[in-house]
Amino acid sequence: MKDIVEIRWHGRGGQGAKTASLLLADAAFNTGKYVQGFPEYGPERMGAPITAYNRISTERSTVHSNIYYPDFVVVVDETLLSSVDVTAGLKPEGAIVINSGKAPEQLRPLLKGYTGRVCTIDAGRISEEELGKNFPNTPMLAAIVKVSRVVDPEAFVKDMEASFRHKFASKPQVIEGNMRARKRSMEEVQVG
Amino acid sequence: MGIRERLSGNEAVAYAMKQINPDVMGAFPITPSTEIPQYFGAYVDNGEVDTEFVTVESEHSSMSVCIGAQAAGCRAVSATSSCGLSYMTEMLYVAASDRLPITLAVSCRALSGPININNDHSDAMSVRDTGWLMLFAETNQEAYDNYLQAMRIGEAVDLPIMICQDGFITSHAIENIELVETDKVKAFVGEYKPRHYLLNKDEPIAVGAYATPTYYIESKRLQAQAMMDAKDVIRKVGAEFGEMTGRRYELIEKYMMDDAETAVVIIGSSAGTAKAAVNELRESGKKVGLIKIRAFRPFPAEDIADALKNVKAFAAMDKSDSFNAHCGPLYAETCAALYANGVCAPKGINYIYGLGGRDVRVESIKTVFSELDKIAETGETGDTYRYLDVRE
Repeated sequence: MKDIVEIRWHGRGGQGAKTASLLLADAAFNTGKYVQGFPEYGPERMGAPITAYNRISTERSTVHSNIYYPDFVVVVDETLLSSVDVTAGLKPEGAIVINSGKAPEQLRPLLKGYTGRVCTIDAGRISEEELGKNFPNTPMLAAIVKVSRVVDPEAFVKDMEASFRHKFASKPQVIEGNMRARKRSMEEVQVG
Repeated sequence: MGIRERLSGNEAVAYAMKQINPDVMGAFPITPSTEIPQYFGAYVDNGEVDTEFVTVESEHSSMSVCIGAQAAGCRAVSATSSCGLSYMTEMLYVAASDRLPITLAVSCRALSGPININNDHSDAMSVRDTGWLMLFAETNQEAYDNYLQAMRIGEAVDLPIMICQDGFITSHAIENIELVETDKVKAFVGEYKPRHYLLNKDEPIAVGAYATPTYYIESKRLQAQAMMDAKDVIRKVGAEFGEMTGRRYELIEKYMMDDAETAVVIIGSSAGTAKAAVNELRESGKKVGLIKIRAFRPFPAEDIADALKNVKAFAAMDKSDSFNAHCGPLYAETCAALYANGVCAPKGINYIYGLGGRDVRVESIKTVFSELDKIAETGETGDTYRYLDVRE
């Protein structure tokens, strides 16, 4: 891993992009990294576009600005592609991970000439099949870990399982569903 | 050797409160400090602290609760932001002049209008003359560490203290933090032993009495003395905290100042961003440095003058404007500090920046240094009152 990896999340208010960025910070923290996980607060309301960020590094980053040249971008809501410049500043050696049932080559034309890897994962469908509800952020988190390797994927799975077993000790169905969703997401993410 | 954790700035402050277990909290929510009473309320509800958690209908009342409790002989705390702090203002003067060492956590936010929830220092700066001690944090770690030192400082000089951090930028951002073990926190903070308090039956006193012209100015003179005395107290407590944790604190932090030819003077989270700019410019051979203000009250005039005396040019960075057609508060006080200490050589300019959450980037600070370069070279300051990163 590079000394510092910067990730930008695009979602809509209520979809959990902020929570996902905080969970990724947790996962990286648990592997010994320095982390930052923070949202950009605008006019908060359900459905409005929101942005969240992660810095994950081997040394403490003192920078407290937003991220303009991310290594990776995660798009939790495909409909944002037409309204938000999601690839702005995105490094070509990085990747964009989009929550979509479409293949990467179908989405690339919407990405303003982005030349790096375009990855898609049908996080909504996985979530509905495994959790019974549309909570895309668990599968999105797994997909960005797989694509970015900002955390070792195996360590990530173990760590999340341990934390879910602790958090949802009385709801084993939540744990199993989430574990299946994570595993499937890592297997099904398409890299184009 | 500390507990490795990751917490947001608000969580860190609430956790420090939990470790200290104050007697009373006056609680009223306002973004972005709401999480502090929210997290702390859960500690109260779970029986993890035995604090009397008093929910009120306004910030004027939450500060009044603190004043009553602290006057009775308790340790009282509160948290607020923005217009909440404005609404407390009347009572802030009362707390300071009654010499009640209350601790107030401030997650700094812009003031209306236009209405805005994001960070700047307009709220804290607008109450800078209320007689409160004020410490500012760059990181979550510093917000936590400052909070642990707050009561030692305030109680030593009988003045209330504000522990300020940047709303959202640190208050809502998760970062690594090293927590101090609770037994060590308790030993460091110690028991509150007020010199005078209302519930002391052996020494009946009046609090908040009327003062005629025969007494008023003497009362103020004593308050001013307490603020002056606080400088040494802040240094001593910071040094003792450093012995315990390895993190030593002073009134200001000097970063790459030893041979600096140009420097920025800055407060809060943007100091970290500015350090990254300093590092990049140093790599290209530029002799740049930074002074971070930790204590704004008392104002570290001598330390600043000493740190700036050999630079050619500096920029004081104000995250609030005084709307005086001249400069912001940090520039005004920095210049007064230089003049009072006989330092006349450095050329100084003022930038108003980051208002209402305007993002402050490494590039923003590099722009400031490139302007300082020109001033150092030509000796011409040009306009001293400038806005940074603004669409004209």
